[in-house]
Amino acid sequence: MTTKTPSRLEKILAAGHLAVTSECGPPRGSNGDAITSKAEMIKDYVDAINVTDNQTSVTRLCSLAACIRLKLMGLEPILQMVTRDRNRIALQSDILGAASFDIHNILCLSGDHQQFGDSPQGQNVFDVDSMQLIQTVRYMRDEGKFLGGDDIDQPPEMFVGAAANPFADPFEIRVRRLAKKVAAGAEFIQTQCIYNLAKFEHWMKQARDQGLHEKVYILAGVTPFKSAGMAKYMKNRVPGMDVPDEVVQRMSDTPKEKQPEEGLSICVESIQRLKEVEGIRGFHIMAIEWEEKVPEIVERSGLYPRPKIQ
Amino acid sequence: MIVAERKPFDEITGFIKECKRVLLVGCNECVTVCYAGGKKEVGILASALKMAFMKEGKQLEVKEVTLERQCDHEYLEEIRNIIAEYDAVISLACGVGVQFMAEKYFGTPVFPGVNTLFMGVTEERGVWTERCQGCGQCILGQTAGICPISRCAKRLLNGPCGGSTKGKCEIDKDLDCAWQLIIDRLKELGRLDDYDELIPIKDWSTERAGGPRKLVREDLQP
Repeated sequence: MTTKTPSRLEKILAAGHLAVTSECGPPRGSNGDAITSKAEMIKDYVDAINVTDNQTSVTRLCSLAACIRLKLMGLEPILQMVTRDRNRIALQSDILGAASFDIHNILCLSGDHQQFGDSPQGQNVFDVDSMQLIQTVRYMRDEGKFLGGDDIDQPPEMFVGAAANPFADPFEIRVRRLAKKVAAGAEFIQTQCIYNLAKFEHWMKQARDQGLHEKVYILAGVTPFKSAGMAKYMKNRVPGMDVPDEVVQRMSDTPKEKQPEEGLSICVESIQRLKEVEGIRGFHIMAIEWEEKVPEIVERSGLYPRPKIQ
Repeated sequence: MIVAERKPFDEITGFIKECKRVLLVGCNECVTVCYAGGKKEVGILASALKMAFMKEGKQLEVKEVTLERQCDHEYLEEIRNIIAEYDAVISLACGVGVQFMAEKYFGTPVFPGVNTLFMGVTEERGVWTERCQGCGQCILGQTAGICPISRCAKRLLNGPCGGSTKGKCEIDKDLDCAWQLIIDRLKELGRLDDYDELIPIKDWSTERAGGPRKLVREDLQP
């Protein structure tokens, strides 16, 4: 496949490599080292690093500033941007700001409802939704125009991504929804954490039946469990998450001190199995507050070393 | 209808603690239907206020009136002859009625007796739910007659989000996911292919975002 942007992630995917991305959550304060030290741990083991945007609606150091810090380290950031907190003026403005620092990847999201975070009494914006944000970035890039119709002097060059949750309801439209995101202009997809592999494989088959795997790079999302408690929490408390009973059982049956190791093993086994799924073009490893384990997961999964493409 | 609920009693007494004579005005429209500000609620509140004042050794005279509507000049005019006799008005109409009353009777304090909530329906006895946010450009024709602006917590025009679980919204397990409802009804109508159409970025200028709204029908003007 040919590339349309200077994104290194896009080049790696276009060259046919299995891409590896991971994420860094910015700190709840102004200490920039918190983001760079997380990035230091993983930088040689991933191709690009997502920076979350006030995830779960908890106020944090902004995604754009954190992406700039990664860029200044010579790394490849993926700017996560939610439509919850910004109207179309702010979204377009931040996209241009990111592009001015040669940030070439964006992940377009609607964002968790603010009720989950530290400002449940705040307003939300949702001037556009995640699909319309995908359209917005593509329009700015491809047409060189603002949504208002004016020309952009030096349009942003962004490789445009979106999230997909194969496990939310209703399941029957989950692939249609993926198709809609692709139609809107998504070029890569990072999925929700996959624990129910059979259901995910079923979703991928439906996606392949529609030829979507040839229109968009799908990166499979994985998150290692640190403990049996985390597995139960993800199963019962996180909306749109599908953790099968046998996975929770496997964690619970493991002695407490060995649970982290077991969680990593489940994660590595998942990656190994997902590698065999036609249409999977890489992995998005979300090691929540456990970034130091990303190198081990990448190595044990046979995804190291990473390709050298500039 | 416009759905409202009575304000906490202490908040209302707080408004009028210096008053001796109060005009308590109900409305025969929406707030009557949702049991917040009709004739019956006017009577109950009037008694409660008098009792509360009496307990503190004070006297309060309350005049009870329930108008046909408080959002039209002609009905509000019905109290013109008596309003000067009172220290304040408590209106049990929605926020629209309270304001129109205050505009009309500029020199008399007017206090709200209800909190105005939303435009909605009586889903069952004692339960009201929101259906419309008055965006000014109805999209129900594209969404199987179910409004994602008023019924999706993120007002997503291209939902559902990843938080939809077993037909319910991520913010409240008792709240229906609007997009589940839309998809269910599209299926029922044999129009699920409509789901594949991307709904474009919305023009919000006809909504609150565009500033206070006004409708002029010249054909109806005198």
